[in-house]
Amino acid sequence: MEAIEAEGLKRRYAQEFEAVRGVSFSVREGEIFALLGTNGAGKTSTVEVLEGLARPSAGRVRVLGFDPFTERARVRPRTGVMLQEGGFPSELTVTETARMWAGCADAPRPVPEVLETVGLAHRADVRVLQLSGGERRRLDLALALIGRPEVLFLDEPTTGMDPEGRRETAALVRTLRAEGTTVLLTTHYLDEAEQLADRLAIMHAGEIVASGTPEQVVAAQPSRIRFRLPAGLRPERLPLSVPAAVHGRTVSVRTHTLQEALTELLLWARAEGVELEGLHARTASLEEAFLEIAGAEVLR
Amino acid sequence: MSAVAEERGASMRRMRALGRAEMTLLARSRAALFVALALPVALTVSLQRMVPTDRVEDAGLSVGTAVLPGSVGLVLLFAVYTNLMGVYVARREELVLKRLRTGQAREPEILGAAALPAAAVGLAQAVVLMAGGAVALDVGAPERPDLLVAGLVLGVALMAVLAAVTAMVTRTTELAQLTGMPLMLVSLVGSGMFIPLEIAPDQVAAVCRALPLTPVMDLLRGGWTGRLGVAETLRALVTALSWIALGVFAVRRWFRWEPRR
Repeated sequence: MEAIEAEGLKRRYAQEFEAVRGVSFSVREGEIFALLGTNGAGKTSTVEVLEGLARPSAGRVRVLGFDPFTERARVRPRTGVMLQEGGFPSELTVTETARMWAGCADAPRPVPEVLETVGLAHRADVRVLQLSGGERRRLDLALALIGRPEVLFLDEPTTGMDPEGRRETAALVRTLRAEGTTVLLTTHYLDEAEQLADRLAIMHAGEIVASGTPEQVVAAQPSRIRFRLPAGLRPERLPLSVPAAVHGRTVSVRTHTLQEALTELLLWARAEGVELEGLHARTASLEEAFLEIAGAEVLR
Repeated sequence: MSAVAEERGASMRRMRALGRAEMTLLARSRAALFVALALPVALTVSLQRMVPTDRVEDAGLSVGTAVLPGSVGLVLLFAVYTNLMGVYVARREELVLKRLRTGQAREPEILGAAALPAAAVGLAQAVVLMAGGAVALDVGAPERPDLLVAGLVLGVALMAVLAAVTAMVTRTTELAQLTGMPLMLVSLVGSGMFIPLEIAPDQVAAVCRALPLTPVMDLLRGGWTGRLGVAETLRALVTALSWIALGVFAVRRWFRWEPRR
């Protein structure tokens, strides 16, 4: 069964700016789904609609089969939400904050237990004001977990965390999946998405531009060969069957058949008797795929 | 237990959890405590001297029955209205309201629970001020306690709703000082807090009767003097309830749960 469904989801803000322009995807029960994209790609705008904080301007969303906005009473007891930032009164302690939140849930996990789970037990009596950025993210995660959610929304859960925190959070998310929790997360960290996500979607300018398993998304991307054009050689002399882009003296080749292209290039170089300086060949990674798709405009 | 009773129990539990957190925050905020506790007392003491004794007595009131309702009015304006508006704005700007909306608490519960400490402090202080003031100014027991209670309850509810309404147009906690001014000034001058409307010209008095805090002051004063006719009582109740209904409508429709970007 699908735990989360979005169909033609659009979200327009007051100033006519359309942040989300018709997004469709679904997350199966017990799956970890990652939404990637540069800042302003529309990830948070999308997630907020799924969390039931806002109505979509157009399209349809369902969480556990219900409309998260109009049927909030049915959805809320079964979802946990970690917002992108803040949302704590700074003068409450960690325990007081968690207790307040637990009081709002039907069947909350015990507060000490959940603080232990996210590694905040030793900071239980510290005021939120004094927490580090990473510790606040942990508190945020604790609150999202208190209600024993079936569906968990994590908006940039590890931003501001140190590497240890990121590792622990990733491990925790895996444990939750093993227990059957469905997780929708957004992240800036591509390695995190690659390791954690069963499936992912890359958003750019309010639309999904690629989706699938991490392997599928990567496989759809060309591999890359790069080298410097040998001195005195004009770009027209390069083997024509290999489509290449030349910037200054740097030649880059994008290909779905890396081995073939590379062979051809190397044979050509030997025939021409030239040295390909800085030769570099690699299959696509999620990071490259991401830059290729989402960062294309940023890089140029 | 029926589903309705169960849901009501859950709602009470959420309100209690949220109200408790808000109470802790109030206890930790010196500025809010000062505004809520010290200002009304200090203002009452200083304003009491400015009451025009002869004209008040012409209107059939004593200094005590003129001042005591006014001082409760100050409690309502400072301890409930100003204090709570600051709370709503601060919680919105800290994204606390947004976060709470992701959970099971419903919107009326979130706003209602945040109002609990302010309401409790306001009520407690009003009672203490009235009791203390009654002794100090030599006023007897209230003639109509029922009207007094009605005035207090409606007053607190009205102030809470208007605090939420004002919070809609207040972008930062600093601006709360400014956006709260209109209601504050209009009420001080026109709602008969210290200057009974009886001594104002008729047309002016008619306009003043439509102000939000006026019916509350009428009920409170009537509670002390026992001189509020049935028609006047009804008018006061209808006016107060209308303002509350109007405010609730506005909040449901336009309340901002997140800061503007």
